[in-house]
Amino acid sequence: MTALTQDPAPAASATRPGGIPFGRLLRLEFRKSWDTRASFWLLFCIGAIVLLAELITALVTGAQDVKDVDYGTFASVTGFVTSILLPVLGIMLVTSEWGQRTAMVTFALEPRRSGIIYAKLGVGLIWTAATVLLALALGAVFNLLYGAISGHTDWTLGWGGLVGFILGQSMAMLGGFALAALFLNTPAAIVVYFAYKFALPTLLIIGANLMGWFKSFSEWINFQQAQGPMYDGIWNMSGSEWGRLIVSGLIWLALPLGFGLWRILRAEVK
Amino acid sequence: MIKVEGLTRTYGSYTAVDDISFECQPGRVTGFLGPNGAGKSTTMRVMVGLTPATRGTATINGVQYHDLPNPGRTVGVLLDASAQHGGRSGREVLTLGAMTMGLPLSRVDEMLHLVSLSSSEAKRRVKNYSLGMKQRLGIAHALLGDPQVLILDEPANGLDPAGIRWMRGLLKSYADRGGTVFLSSHLLHEVELIADEMILIGNGRIVARGDRQTLMAASGPADALVTSLDNEALSRALTAKGISVVPAGDGLRVSCEPVEVGRTAVEHHIVLTDLRSGDGGLEELFLQLTADTQREGVVA
Repeated sequence: MTALTQDPAPAASATRPGGIPFGRLLRLEFRKSWDTRASFWLLFCIGAIVLLAELITALVTGAQDVKDVDYGTFASVTGFVTSILLPVLGIMLVTSEWGQRTAMVTFALEPRRSGIIYAKLGVGLIWTAATVLLALALGAVFNLLYGAISGHTDWTLGWGGLVGFILGQSMAMLGGFALAALFLNTPAAIVVYFAYKFALPTLLIIGANLMGWFKSFSEWINFQQAQGPMYDGIWNMSGSEWGRLIVSGLIWLALPLGFGLWRILRAEVK
Repeated sequence: MIKVEGLTRTYGSYTAVDDISFECQPGRVTGFLGPNGAGKSTTMRVMVGLTPATRGTATINGVQYHDLPNPGRTVGVLLDASAQHGGRSGREVLTLGAMTMGLPLSRVDEMLHLVSLSSSEAKRRVKNYSLGMKQRLGIAHALLGDPQVLILDEPANGLDPAGIRWMRGLLKSYADRGGTVFLSSHLLHEVELIADEMILIGNGRIVARGDRQTLMAASGPADALVTSLDNEALSRALTAKGISVVPAGDGLRVSCEPVEVGRTAVEHHIVLTDLRSGDGGLEELFLQLTADTQREGVVA
């Protein structure tokens, strides 16, 4: 009875090809990454703390006339600060959707959930790139300030190190993002991230010192340690260094991200 | 047009929705009525792809929700007016929706105007909104993409009487223009006023369906509420006709059509001050049909 009364026109328009383009999702998620008070202040704090750290570095090293200070020093100061704050950004990108239950609205408007998650990942990488640019720009300004105080300026910044720096920052952000996708809960993701970033490497090193066999094993799961050689230039890295980086990266990035994504795609959204 | 066929959703051994099938036709408002925990929200979440169905299907215009290319342009969804980021303004919430659907931002102002949210209210953060304002914002969000189908979970919740009247007008005119409206409520009188057709759900199963007349007919004999200047005389006259009368408040509850009460009053020259159809039948039916799932049991 209903087949006769059903209007075929809406059905035809409903099945038209072409959904929401990825570029639009990317713009949407980018806007969502700064349009709330919490996310805005997180970004603001990243900028402000970086500025402060650079200023202190330039003043202290300049006044005390510390030698071997170069452009790379200032970039790495930023890198240290952002490697702590970028994971939090990565976490917030994912979990704000669950904590505030907006996932219900987001996934009702775009039921292909993976598109949303990839857009969020893209936004995380955009902000990471922005902080790298900020690090380089502020590094240049404060290197000049240091030069003005101490009287000598060194513009050394290894390109291999720069690539390593960009990779390291991206991995820091992705680390937070992956754990957030796994836990879908801000406090849990933050606690576990910092436990794995700061406490785990220490434990692994203690374990390695106590047990000889554990040393070679721990090198393959210690992601923080494996990232170290990148900063000396990725072209200088040996095959085994690459191997450790990739294996530990798979464990700490790919595994939680893959499992988290699998769960997000199947989970019931309430 | 919405079509649900054999829909079942279980959580372990608990069955939230148990093999339900129904259709919502264009041009009509279909009310989905049931007590708390009857499975209304679960059904609606399955319809919009937020909850996977254990068995059965739900299609909109013949397509599963997940396969709609830009669902916001086909289906307007409001499942929970509070599920918005408290830190965003009402305008920002609508702007994000318009961006997702690829709509011009002028649509945001149109919708704000439609739901009577002033521009200063739209600038406030959603966490400072009353529930009624959140509902209005949610309705605006659902209507943003000019959809052919509306799925609204408890949209009247938190609205004041004027707000409910406003929404009734809004949904009626939307349905009159050919739209399909599916809305849920746990309050009978709310749905009764808005819906052309009702589906009653209890314990995850559909217990009754139909328009008001059909349900009323199923709910047993008609009754009337009457108040007169001489209730005693009226009561005697009606009882003499073999009609049962019980006192109810200031007046009487009479188990017959109101017309019969009026006729009797005329015959006996009794002045009526109030006479209306009882309606208690539908309320009674609703409580009866859903009695198994009522936490309070039926109050006699």
